[in-house]
Amino acid sequence: MADIQSPLPGTFYHKPSPEEPAFKSAGDAVAVGDVIGLVEVMKTFIEVKSEIAGSFSGYSVDDASPVTAGQVLATLD
Amino acid sequence: MAIKRLFIANRGEIAVRIIRAAKGLGIHTIQAHSEADADMLAVKLADEAVCVGAAPAKESYLNIDALMAAIAQTGADAVHPGYGFLSESPAFVRAVEAAGVTFVGPSAATIERMGDKVEARKAAEAAGVPVVPGSKGRVDSVDDAAAVAAEVGYPVMIKAAAGGGGRGIRVADTEEELRKLAPQAQQEAAAAFGDGGLYLERAVRSPRHIEVQILGDGTDAVHCFERECSLQRRRQKVWEEAGADCLDDETRATLCASAVALAKATNYRGAGTLEYLYDSATNEFFFIEMNTRIQVEHPVSEMITGVDLVQEMIRVCGGEALSVRQDEIVRNGHSIEVRINAEDPAMQFMPWPGKLEAMTVPEGDGIRFDHFLYEGYQIPPFYDSLLGKVIVHAPTRNEAIEKMKTALQGIELKGLKTTIPLHLALADDPDVRAGNFHTQWLEPWLDAGNLPTGGAS
Repeated sequence: MADIQSPLPGTFYHKPSPEEPAFKSAGDAVAVGDVIGLVEVMKTFIEVKSEIAGSFSGYSVDDASPVTAGQVLATLD
Repeated sequence: MAIKRLFIANRGEIAVRIIRAAKGLGIHTIQAHSEADADMLAVKLADEAVCVGAAPAKESYLNIDALMAAIAQTGADAVHPGYGFLSESPAFVRAVEAAGVTFVGPSAATIERMGDKVEARKAAEAAGVPVVPGSKGRVDSVDDAAAVAAEVGYPVMIKAAAGGGGRGIRVADTEEELRKLAPQAQQEAAAAFGDGGLYLERAVRSPRHIEVQILGDGTDAVHCFERECSLQRRRQKVWEEAGADCLDDETRATLCASAVALAKATNYRGAGTLEYLYDSATNEFFFIEMNTRIQVEHPVSEMITGVDLVQEMIRVCGGEALSVRQDEIVRNGHSIEVRINAEDPAMQFMPWPGKLEAMTVPEGDGIRFDHFLYEGYQIPPFYDSLLGKVIVHAPTRNEAIEKMKTALQGIELKGLKTTIPLHLALADDPDVRAGNFHTQWLEPWLDAGNLPTGGAS
């Protein structure tokens, strides 16, 4: 079990755009450097990348919700 | 009817600016805010404040229903929209007007008309304002393209009539080049958009962005001279001046008169800006669009004319006639504004929504700092990165640049990263000093490594 934290405060998105599926679903393999979501900070979108490898267990916050720096966004098994 | 209770449907530094202007006129101020903005400076300064929704702008500052409910609940008789958000939304203006509330800006019809590029161009042409010369409609053959180009003058830009963006744009300097490039553009347009039709217009190479501030009361209109806003990054202005020293007096007079002509032709009410491209090689200017709101960079025009643009727009929209005649608006000295953004210029301008631990503001004659900061304030990450603007005024451009350096060196915003290092570097750049720049100047300058990067604060 490992956490992926938000690098910045902002709004967290599961999807690259509203019409597309989420970056990851439960059970997906996650490699180091994989993008798992986006944080929108001051109208700029920053990719959230995993620093560890594992199996995606799920997002910890809802799509399009406000997050703080360091908040857990997703967990890996 | 004179405005008594003004609702401010905006946030940040412009909300503070509007509150100060309204208080100066003895008007009661009501500040709208999102859940994330309950502690912003404008909320503290306003006579009252009302929450209009959650942090995301579309649920608060862009939420017409929520704003209308708050306007009704607080008994506001007027709304100032600031810039951005709903300031140029005809739907919002219609809702405000339907509620019997005064909108501090032009009518919904004017906003709609000037917001449509084709309609705005037609209105400008009808008022005698020069626009970028181009083909009347689509051009289908290379011979037609050559005929149009001969009329509008080289260099010409060849674009796809269908579609948008930069796809398929080519620039020809001569008819020979045009005859070579037009067929390529046709093929590319056909492949990209299923339509090989072309549109031609005069290419303005290395244009300057020059704009004219106007004020109207619905009948009469005046200008407060021009601003030079060519220093831009990603189409965002970073450094703005009034006046534009590159213009000679005759060109300045013609330019400003053209803006007033369009404002009068549209019975403009409120403050507005006409944006132009200026070709310094040919000394020609071309209207590109009109912004029907107060702009971020309005203070430089206030500094050189002494006109309080925000107070004036509140007065005229409250039904008064313009308080100044054109012959009373005189240029005095030179003014520069720089935008202080919560971004780290050493890290590709990464947004930096930090917490302001301690603040020293610049002070002195001819120095103004419009901002929404206070010690202990946590910058919310949900909105744009503009923290404030440093504005200076001095007898000449060179003295204004010197004063800007002094002002910037006198600011300390502990806990934040800001674009101040960018402005200090610009103030020392020989091209900036010489006024030798255009809209395509800043990005290559940054790419060339003119800013210290990595680790610098």
